[in-house]
Amino acid sequence: MVNNISDTDSLSHKDHHTEASFWSKYIFSTDHKIIGMQYIITGIVMAVIGGYMAYVFRMQLAFPGKAVPGYGLVSPLDYNMLITNHGTIMIFWVAMPILIAGLGNYLIPLMIGCDDMVFPRINRLSYQIFFISTLVILISFFVPGGGFGGAWTAYPPLSSEAIYNHTPWGAPLWVIAVALEFVAFLMGGINFITTTMNARCKGMKMYDIPIVVWMIVIASIIFMASVGPLIAGAVMLLFDQTLGTSFYNPMNGGDPVLWQHLFWFFGHPEVYVVLLPAMGIVAEVITVFSRKKLFGYKTILYTTFATGILSFFVWAHHQFIAGIDPRMANIFTITTVMISIPVGEMLFCYIATLYGGSIEFKTAMLFAIAFLAEFLIGGVTGIYLGASGTDIYFHDTYFVLAHFHYTFFPIAVIGFFTAIYYWFPKMFGRKLNETLGKIHFWGTIIPFNGIFIPLFILGMGGQHRRIYNYNHFPDLSTPSQQDLRVFATTSMVIMLVFQIPFFINFISSLFKGEKAGNNPWKANTLEWTVPSPPPHGNFAEMPEVYRPPYEYSVPDMDNDYCPQNCSGKKI
Amino acid sequence: MSYSATTVENNNSYQNNTVISNTVLGMLIFILVEVMFFAALISAFLIVKSGMTTWPPIGQPRLPVFSTAINSLILLFSGWLMYLSKKSFLNKNSVNKTFKLLNWTIVLGAFFVVFQGVEWVRLIQFGLTMTSDVYGSFFYLIIGCHAVHVVSALILLIFISYKLKQNCLLESWFSASQIFWYFVVGIWPVLYVLVYLS
Repeated sequence: MVNNISDTDSLSHKDHHTEASFWSKYIFSTDHKIIGMQYIITGIVMAVIGGYMAYVFRMQLAFPGKAVPGYGLVSPLDYNMLITNHGTIMIFWVAMPILIAGLGNYLIPLMIGCDDMVFPRINRLSYQIFFISTLVILISFFVPGGGFGGAWTAYPPLSSEAIYNHTPWGAPLWVIAVALEFVAFLMGGINFITTTMNARCKGMKMYDIPIVVWMIVIASIIFMASVGPLIAGAVMLLFDQTLGTSFYNPMNGGDPVLWQHLFWFFGHPEVYVVLLPAMGIVAEVITVFSRKKLFGYKTILYTTFATGILSFFVWAHHQFIAGIDPRMANIFTITTVMISIPVGEMLFCYIATLYGGSIEFKTAMLFAIAFLAEFLIGGVTGIYLGASGTDIYFHDTYFVLAHFHYTFFPIAVIGFFTAIYYWFPKMFGRKLNETLGKIHFWGTIIPFNGIFIPLFILGMGGQHRRIYNYNHFPDLSTPSQQDLRVFATTSMVIMLVFQIPFFINFISSLFKGEKAGNNPWKANTLEWTVPSPPPHGNFAEMPEVYRPPYEYSVPDMDNDYCPQNCSGKKI
Repeated sequence: MSYSATTVENNNSYQNNTVISNTVLGMLIFILVEVMFFAALISAFLIVKSGMTTWPPIGQPRLPVFSTAINSLILLFSGWLMYLSKKSFLNKNSVNKTFKLLNWTIVLGAFFVVFQGVEWVRLIQFGLTMTSDVYGSFFYLIIGCHAVHVVSALILLIFISYKLKQNCLLESWFSASQIFWYFVVGIWPVLYVLVYLS
């Protein structure tokens, strides 16, 4: 046994480094931890903006035509702008930067035992470009005509012609912001893959890599292979908007469905790009708090690869009613239903990990289990949408909307909270308060179901998406339907209010939280062998790995855990 | 950019299982993105083309097939010079030869871009523009994207050539630029056949 198990180890790196100024330490740093933190903080700020937008348009739907407290009257154009940018921000400026870029940057070098990314300056450039893209999307709300209002999927001709979307400046700015953001993540992804392949510490073989790192790397590979078509499509859309070309204009021989193909060829793998890191986070947390070996490490790994490959062959299930060939719809139905097999297998492995474990219900663990339960609902309702027969009826209703919120909310929000409650001690050296954490947990999960279960019902009742005021449709504005809308909106306000304990907890724990020590959760992966927060350069001496990452409760050991870098007999 | 190179060298101290060097692996992943990018452009082009009854559309100028064929050969030849240059770089004893071959690669690549530019000016005079028809839109988009790639590859090669002159060029950097140049050269015949000859 080597020393690294002890919690009291503290390695001082301060004397190795000259004092750096605030700017070079926190703003223009090439340290992967700082860059990861920058991504996460930008993501949280954008999440607040996106949540505010959701609040405004949910209020409009529940109480149409009344002034929304904190915003005022919502005009139809405002409404379009709000729903478009809510979707865009939540996926591209919250889920992606937090789960892939932020946590990937923070965790990968720490978990594979290296001092930094292999291209640190490209990494810094990646965040800087991302930051510019954030500014562009924020500026686009204030240009003449307001932010882009052509829905986040940006189907032409709605997105390409200013006479339809009424946002002559917002639309091109939106495309530019999204394109810049992809350039940023492309650089980040190159870094993640190269670092994990080439810079692992001594002794870490392929099957010793923690599952969350694998998942982030596979997600990056999926992203790399799928982002090219969207960039190509975005260039064509931008030219259509600004130069007046006719790629998507059927009047001059273009093809509007072409954009849908290019967008969803990226858009569907994108779901797995954000899902996989969240799955990885949950795997880490479940294993640690069950004090059990992760059930089926290799199965999970292979199913992740299978998910990644299959995700490239399902995109047209978004286009069943876009006039595609019905024979093609059959094929895409089959592939779509097939992809639930590997994902389902992963969920079974997680549940098998829980089975018979000594489960500790820390807040992180509660969020992880909630992820499994809520994501399962999202996955199961997806089967109805993946089958072309039912999708024709459900298409573009609130059923779709509720379905993908049941997938994206667990991924982006619950997954993020799982990660933050679990790794906060490593990031800042202090634990988050458990009581406030549990209040936050229940205050998030119960209202979340309260928002979206009514929307499933409304969707099955035929409520179409992207409509400003349902009072104009007598069929859709019966008192019971309006009650469901009010219920969903009320739940949402409650959920937003219950985020306040989280922010209080976050800020007070930064200064007054219980000291965490190196390894508060008694976990095995390498990031817990260094001081919290880790110094610049992470490891005092480069670690060497002797064992797989999930050896908990192994018989004949002094402790019920055994970090990857402790030598001793192999199991 | 040299600082990235030094970082790569520093990291090499504890790498235990590097099959491909960092720079080359990073470039290969980038090439994957580029391949998918061009695949999307080409498939978009083919979808729109297959929806038309006559191609090229009536009333649109015809593309300069023959002169572009010669230009393509020049680009391919530059790819071969790149190969020779790398080969002589690996010999270590012929820096001058490497330098000369690399510079000729750059000259031929630059000639290719200039020649394409001249052809573009003529086509615009004949009335083929981005907005004239979807035919023109796709022609300028695809060939223009390739031209942007050639220009950025040339900038990279000029940088490499400068580094070589300073005698501080890492082999991994040379390999990565070589891969990028091969990509730019290799994708061109595909585009030529699909866009010009169909």
